[in-house]
Amino acid sequence: MTLFRFSDVNLDPAAERRLLEDPACGGFVSFEGWVRNHNEGLEVRRLEYEVFAALGIKEGERIVADAIKKFGVERAACVHRGGSLEIGDLAVWVGVSSGHRGEAFAACRYIIDEVKHRVPIWKKEHYVNGDSGWVNCEACAAPGHDHEHHEHHEHAHAEAGKLGS
Amino acid sequence: MTSSPPPVFGLILAGGMSRRMQTDKAALEIHGKQQLERAFELASSVCAKTFVSVRADQLTDPLRGRFPTIADQHPGLGPIAGIAAAQATYPEAAWLVLACDLPFLTTATLKFLLEHRDPAKPATAFISTSDGLPEPLCAVWEPSSREAVAAWIAAGKQCPRKLLINSATHLLKQPDPQALDNVNTPEEYSAASALLGATGHRPPATGPDLGLPGLAATRSLPPEAQIKTLRIQYFALFREQAGRGEETLESTAETPARLYAELQRRHPFKLQKEQLRVAVNTDFCDWQTSLKHGDTVVFIPPVAGG
Repeated sequence: MTLFRFSDVNLDPAAERRLLEDPACGGFVSFEGWVRNHNEGLEVRRLEYEVFAALGIKEGERIVADAIKKFGVERAACVHRGGSLEIGDLAVWVGVSSGHRGEAFAACRYIIDEVKHRVPIWKKEHYVNGDSGWVNCEACAAPGHDHEHHEHHEHAHAEAGKLGS
Repeated sequence: MTSSPPPVFGLILAGGMSRRMQTDKAALEIHGKQQLERAFELASSVCAKTFVSVRADQLTDPLRGRFPTIADQHPGLGPIAGIAAAQATYPEAAWLVLACDLPFLTTATLKFLLEHRDPAKPATAFISTSDGLPEPLCAVWEPSSREAVAAWIAAGKQCPRKLLINSATHLLKQPDPQALDNVNTPEEYSAASALLGATGHRPPATGPDLGLPGLAATRSLPPEAQIKTLRIQYFALFREQAGRGEETLESTAETPARLYAELQRRHPFKLQKEQLRVAVNTDFCDWQTSLKHGDTVVFIPPVAGG
């Protein structure tokens, strides 16, 4: 079973879900991250994901394998989009099936949080006002913002779960 | 406004003690000529003026006295003193600095060096085929290197090679890989004489190993200072700021931390090292990991999956 992969085409949650079906499981939890029309006060028109696939797949597989072991769930998988996405598109899908719901919720939350922080994926947002920018990179690098580096990153970490919520 | 690059003068280093040869290297005959005379002629064929660098006590030497000379002002420091004295005498000139004991050096190699010289850099040098480091004694030292040379001596340092390693030296691959093999011992001299034969020409190479006993690797430096070829892949913001997805560089950087500092001088990378992670050969690694020849390095800007 593929624990983690990238896809350059639209994701099909029903197809992903079927891969996690297991007669030993009494619960299934999934998380879908969608492209939202605003971020940090700006209206977003579309976005692009760029991935470092060779390392990203290895790191993603480590995260999902860790989650299965750590929470004792039966099956888990994560798929992340690359390329150009429109508002409402499915950007990331996580699914977990297990004997009981508690560990499935916990493992699912763990996977999406870790993926957002550890897998080399970058997001370029294109705004309605014509600007664009690499999320988490460019605000920090602007001249005169050096003193804010630390704050920015704390902020980014605290917001880890906001996509799709 | 553009200005033409500074004129190139030749400087033949003949102030050495020839301790290992036990006889005056400058006076040894190769190609039927004394080495100093041959080196002077080679430099003269490509330079506006040529001088012989000597120690003050060699000014009256019959061989050296036949040529225009520039005497060292810092006795006992070796070649760096000769380079400094030449730069002090003609500060506006770029200096083609040549050791006098390069029996395989040809005009073609010197022309290649001058054609590929980068006057915007402090120096242009060949990469040694024996150890991958810059060759300081067949190199062009630009006027802009004068302060660095003086500071090097003032700091009590001597090695011109380490100075080039620590400067933004423009490095070239040698068109003829054996052109800079030098001769320091009687055994090397015999081998070189035999190779060159009566005709004064080298026999053609028969394979990758020319079988030059004792001719290569007469100098060496610590391995961590070696120049290596590194491939750097760029993603996202770095790809845009570098204007490319990847590049291959010759670098002396020992660690990813050093390499990033080097790249920040080449590209407008404003992200601080502390904001990044680094991967070598598709695995995350520490900033102090030792880089090896052929490694692929990726600097990872803050990620934003999900």
